[in-house]
Parts: sequence; structure tokens; C-alpha cells
Amino acid sequence: MSKSQKDFKLSEEGLAFVKKELTRYETKRSAILPCVYRVQKENGGWVSPEAVSYLSKIMDIPTAYINEVLSFYTMYNKSPVGKLHIQVCCNLSCAMNGGRELAEHLCESFNVKEGEVSANDEVTISRVECLGACDIAPMAQVNDKYIGPLKKETVVEEMKTLLEEK
Amino acid sequence: MEKKLLSEHYHKKEYHTLAGYKSFGGYKDLESAFSKRPEEIVQMVKDSGLRGRGGAGFPTGVKWGFLPDNSEPRYLLCNADEGEPGTFKDRLIMEKAPHQLIEGMLISAWGIQSHKSYIYIRGEYQNCIHVMEEAIKEAYSAGYLGKNICGSDFQHDMDIYIGAGAYICGEETGMISSLEGKKGQPKLKPPFPAVKGYLEKPTIVNNVETLAAVVPIIRDGVEAFRSIGTEKSPGTKFFSVSGCVKKPGNYEVPLGYPLMDLIELAGGLREGRKLKAVIPGGTSAPVLTAEECEKADMDFESLSDLGSMLGSGAVIVMDDSCSMVDMLSVIENFYHHESCGQCTPCREGTGWLSKVINNILKGQGRIQDLNLIQGISENMMGRTICALSDAAALPAISFVTKFREEFETHIRETLAQRKSGALSA
Repeated sequence: MSKSQKDFKLSEEGLAFVKKELTRYETKRSAILPCVYRVQKENGGWVSPEAVSYLSKIMDIPTAYINEVLSFYTMYNKSPVGKLHIQVCCNLSCAMNGGRELAEHLCESFNVKEGEVSANDEVTISRVECLGACDIAPMAQVNDKYIGPLKKETVVEEMKTLLEEK
Repeated sequence: MEKKLLSEHYHKKEYHTLAGYKSFGGYKDLESAFSKRPEEIVQMVKDSGLRGRGGAGFPTGVKWGFLPDNSEPRYLLCNADEGEPGTFKDRLIMEKAPHQLIEGMLISAWGIQSHKSYIYIRGEYQNCIHVMEEAIKEAYSAGYLGKNICGSDFQHDMDIYIGAGAYICGEETGMISSLEGKKGQPKLKPPFPAVKGYLEKPTIVNNVETLAAVVPIIRDGVEAFRSIGTEKSPGTKFFSVSGCVKKPGNYEVPLGYPLMDLIELAGGLREGRKLKAVIPGGTSAPVLTAEECEKADMDFESLSDLGSMLGSGAVIVMDDSCSMVDMLSVIENFYHHESCGQCTPCREGTGWLSKVINNILKGQGRIQDLNLIQGISENMMGRTICALSDAAALPAISFVTKFREEFETHIRETLAQRKSGALSA
């Protein structure tokens, strides 16, 4: 995966997106957050140092500014993630409804440590803080989607189905 | 049924569309707002006694009054970075009634004479972002955004800014840093955002629910709004009830609603369980014991009298299956994770709190650690740029004071287990 990073480039639509974002806000710098997202989206879910250099060039913004953003915010992945990024909420309401046990159960079932990528780049399981969906606790954000309430008995099957759709 | 000022039509299927919203009288209040002078709008919001629904409870009209006269440009920034653990009401408003938020923002913008607004939505809220984007498009094509809104001379542009996962961006100056494309670190106040905010220009930052609540104030008038709720906490409020209840969800009730009734609305406790404690306003709010819950009304004064706060309206219910040591460790790990790191008392204090409490949880605690927690917490309060440090300290003090016996028992029992070899060190 990492060997191709040197050649990372945005798609035509991606480049058009960056161009638009650069003039969308009052200052160019505000475009960093959305453009880093775009890179993550087109780079299989993470942002590599090479992609930062590339973005710096096409945005004409110092890498220091981009890295400041990349390192501060948790939704940017600084290392590769699986096709399915399962982010299990382990904050209070989810924790009291079994969120932490779910995260553990998922890690065991997919034979992967928290935050790492499972075999065949299938899944990454992370514990995250409150996602603002305590009404469906325990819940998880799977790629872009909120799913809950999750049940220990069915969660692995549910994730496998989602993986097949990928 | 209780009177609902915002969510009366939320169950209607098409309410999130422009046509659906208009079929229930949507945007009529914007038109009527244009028949009033901007100063009248600000005065109405002041007189209504509306208090910020995001956490601090600051009077909205008073905040608007801090804008320097005739300053241009002035920005309106809607805080939709809902991150206080336990809170999920702004997600509901944006998903069910995006046009209500847009209308409330437009009335407010007319009042404070702002021509540009941003809605800062947390990045995880992908569905909200999608719904709001669609609604803004619809509002532009119907002439509610852009130039000559509703045939007036007023111009207003609205856009969305998407966060990227940082609790601290819910703090208004942290949000401004983030909107400027930087890490979301809060800024020293004063100057307050109303004087120097986004790009150092006057900026009003209001929560989603606050801005939506401007609509019924204009629609029904100040008196009607004040007739609901209590004298110092007028109107209704969404409470996000979660944890150990049968029907977790958002409930809009008049401010001053008894906490125990609210828990009943949320289906009550599960069978055979007893109420142990409630966090009434998001994890930053000091915890209430079951006994205190009996006396608690959900308004700013009642909860402040009980030494807690209304906060964002996140009501987290704990029954007798919850370990308070465990719950506090979850809370303090969260604040440690979210501290932005620029102030020493917060950066170091949240780390210490989380370490000491995790040690207790693992069975490596000492009785004197409870005093250590108290001491660290006291040193964290009132010494930092923003309120995150206090938000971490307040629950710690309340948990170890109000549930001291449980903490002591946990420490003693785990120590005994360790000595007997039942618990590995």
C-alpha cells in the first residue's frame, strides 16, 4: 500500500474540488480541512506524508499548516485503515450498554488489534468518544454510517455483510 | 401533551423539505421579521429571556448586544459541533427540521445585520451534513438565501463548514480557530468573539437549538414564549435522555420539568433496577445522587441550586448496575483525550486525573488518592483559557465526594483481592 504513495494524485473531480474549496471561504487556509478529507477519501481512508506534500503543492499552502490540521483532528487517519472502519463508541451511555465489550468482541472475531488493519485489509476497529447518538447505544460509525443499537450476538454477521457489499 | 415549540411537526415525513416545512407555516415568521426593524428583533430575543442551549446558558439577546455598532462584516456562526457526551439533540433538529434552523438563523441574521453565516457541523454527522446541504440549496433557489430575501433589500449567504473530530471545537473560540483552517485551540477572552471573532471580525456564535428557538419567539411573541418554562429559564428545551432507560431519545419539554418525570417520559428504568445517579447536563455537569434527582427540576436555577448545571441538556441515567469508579474513569479518559494541550493545568491535570482513577479502577488505588483527585481538580479550575479544564474537574469532585463510600469500598476490596492473589497487580 505504502509503495504507491509517492505517486498519489487526486482525480480530476478531486482537483476541481480543491480548486473550488480554495475560493469558497474567506481565506485559503480554511480549505485545508475539507481538502485533507478529500485526500483521505481518494487514498483509501488515510493521509500519508507523501499525500500531504502533494496537497501542499497543489494548494500552495505550507506543509506545516496542513500537518497542524492533520495531527490535531481525530477523523483524519494517519495510517492505513481497512475497507471497513468500525469506530465503536465507548463513551458513557454506550459504555454502560456494552460498547466496550462490543469493541473487544469485534477485535477477537476479526483477529485484529485495536487500530490495526486485519488480514486482506478488511477491517479496522477503533474505540472512539461520543458520536452524539446515545439514543441508539451501543453504536458505531462504520465508514460514514451510524449503526445501532448493536448486539453482541449479531454484530459480527452484520459487519461481514457490510464488508461483502464493499 | 406538553406544548412543543420546535418539534410539533418533527414526525411529519416531509418536514425536512422546503415544501413540507412551508406546508406547516414555515418561513412565514421570516417574512414577518422583515416587517420589524432589526433592533426590534434583538429586543424581542432579549425580552424573551432565551438562554443559550449549547451549554453555558448565556442570554442570547445579551450576547447579540455585545456587537460593536456599525461594524462590518459581522458573522453568524451556528455551533453544530455537538460533542458534549450524552448530547444528540442538534442532530435531531438538523435531520428533521433543517429549514427551521435556516429560518431561525435568517431571522437572527436580520436582527444582528449579518450577511454571512456558517454552520459548523461535526464531521461525524454525515447525514446532518447531507440534509443541511440539500436544505440550503432549496433555500437559495426559493429566494430565502442570497440577494433580496423575500423581496427585501436584505442579503445573506449561508454555508456549511465540516469539522474533523475534536470536542474542543464546540468551544466558540476553538470553533473559530477551526473555521480559520487551524487546529481548534481556544483563544484568550476578552476580546470576545462578538468583538473579535472569525478572522478577527465581530462574530456571534450560537447553538443550533438556540437559533431554532428564535422562530417561535417571533411567531408567538415574547409573552407567549415567557409563559412556558420558569421565570429565569423561559421556553422549552430538548433533553437527550440516555443510559439506563427503556426509551432513550430526545424529549422537548418546558424548562423546569421535573427530572423524575423526564426519566418516566424516557420509559423509566429497566425492570428490577434502582436509580443510582444522573448526570443532568452532559458529562461536564456534576453528578446528582438518586436523592437529589427527586428534588431536581430541569432548569438553569434549580440545577445550579443543587450544585450542578443544565449544560447541553444531556441527561445520562445510571442505575444500580453502574460502577461509579468505572463511569468516572470513562469521563476522565475522555477529557484527557480531548484536552487541546495549550494550558498546563488542563493538559497535565486531565492526564493525572485519568491516571489516578484508572489506577483505582484496576485495583491499584489508595484511599489517599481520593484526596489527590480532589486536590488536582481544585487546581484545574478557573486557571485556563477555556472551560474544558473545569469540565473535567467538576465531575471528578462530584463523583468522589458524593460516592466516596463506593470509591473507598472499591479500593479496599481490590486491595484485599490483590493481597489474596485473586487480582493480579
